[in-house]
Amino acid sequence: MAHSAINVFLEGNNISRIIGGLWTSVWIAAVSLVLGLALGTILGVLRTLPNKVIRFVLRLYLEFFRIVPTIVLLYLAYYILPRTFHVNWPASWMAVLAFTLWVAAEFSDIVRGAIESVPKSQRESGLALGLNKMQLFRYVLLPQAAKLELPATINLATRVIKTTSLLMMISIMDVVAVGQQIIEANNQQYPNAVFWVYGLIFILYFIIDYPLSAWSKRLTAKHSR
Amino acid sequence: MAEEILKVEHLNQFYGDWQALHDINFTLNRGEVLTLLGPSGSGKSTLLRCLNGLENYKSGTIYFEGKKVDPTEKNWQNIRQKIGMVFQSYDLFPNLTVMENILLAPRKVQKRSEVDVKQEATKLLKRVGLEKYVNAYPRELSGGQKQRIAIVRALAMHPEIMLFDEVTASLDPEMVRGILKIMSDLSEKDHMTMIIVTHEMSFAAKIADQVLFLEDGKILEDTPGKEFFTKPKTKRAQEFLDSMNF
Repeated sequence: MAHSAINVFLEGNNISRIIGGLWTSVWIAAVSLVLGLALGTILGVLRTLPNKVIRFVLRLYLEFFRIVPTIVLLYLAYYILPRTFHVNWPASWMAVLAFTLWVAAEFSDIVRGAIESVPKSQRESGLALGLNKMQLFRYVLLPQAAKLELPATINLATRVIKTTSLLMMISIMDVVAVGQQIIEANNQQYPNAVFWVYGLIFILYFIIDYPLSAWSKRLTAKHSR
Repeated sequence: MAEEILKVEHLNQFYGDWQALHDINFTLNRGEVLTLLGPSGSGKSTLLRCLNGLENYKSGTIYFEGKKVDPTEKNWQNIRQKIGMVFQSYDLFPNLTVMENILLAPRKVQKRSEVDVKQEATKLLKRVGLEKYVNAYPRELSGGQKQRIAIVRALAMHPEIMLFDEVTASLDPEMVRGILKIMSDLSEKDHMTMIIVTHEMSFAAKIADQVLFLEDGKILEDTPGKEFFTKPKTKRAQEFLDSMNF
């Protein structure tokens, strides 16, 4: 009977392995988001400055990371960096690097858009008080932009969390990789384990992503009102 | 002997090919009120914004407190601490409370002590009748209240000159009187040097020591205040006063 395959979770320490795999996914996503949002803020600010060269270079950077599929970025980090540049980090840090650069690229565009939609008169009234550029961004423009950025940022975070399912491609034992191992190891005894294991993974991703997505939807609705 | 605080020589400003200001020349003495009058689009606001470097003028020279202004951004940052400006759209920072709005520049730009600035801000807020709004956010205030806070925010920097760019233009008539009263007091009691762009003619007639009448980016008249409103030198100025029902 199909539902008896649920007992696969009781075998050995399967449940704690899945949770461990989930933790790997979550910390890689979290660290990448923290680093990527910080870097993206700086890049976003630079993209609002008049310097044409900087703007062009950062635009290229954005387009590269937007167009190239994330799996290719992961391969680049995992295979090319060690071989060509002799960077020998653990795979999970390579993943953090690739994800951080991706998040920074996407977030830089969100920050740029938000800063540009703060009314021009806010900038002028800040300047008229003698604020320098740094102070203007720090105290006036970025706090106002942050409010506008929030829905798109949460959306980006949910995408990052979902995309961690690719981590198994560079041999990181994320939640999907652990799930596959469990399915294969128990194939004889529980042929239907695949349904339950992926079902659980589905629920776990849903539990993490759904609140974020709902929050973003609520904020978007609030803004358009 | 009146002390010259501001002098403008041969100021020109262009937007593309269009010349917004033509060869502007005038001087302003400390403690006096200069009013810029003229029809919409005559260049009043543009001229005002040149005086604190919000506009990069094409050519000409500005002397502030006897010194030639070197029009670099760094230098303007210093001068803007001494030339306060209030805008038509108030432009309080919506992410900060009333008190934070007032403290920001004195604390971060002038590095003054929080206790000092807070004390002064409280005094200024009392003066404009808004002391109970220290912790309010701008969105909780009416237009007239916001504009009073904007004036306090500029005054907290201890400016030598205040620029007012149509500060009552988007206010209810009832609110207008309060703002104009604050400006009159600033002139009479504090002897603040002020440059005012306004369409409130009777207020201008009362407060102006000197009037610049502009049209198409040119100064048509530079006349003492009392004289301008009773017997303007040019026909255009007379027509303008008539059109404003003055």
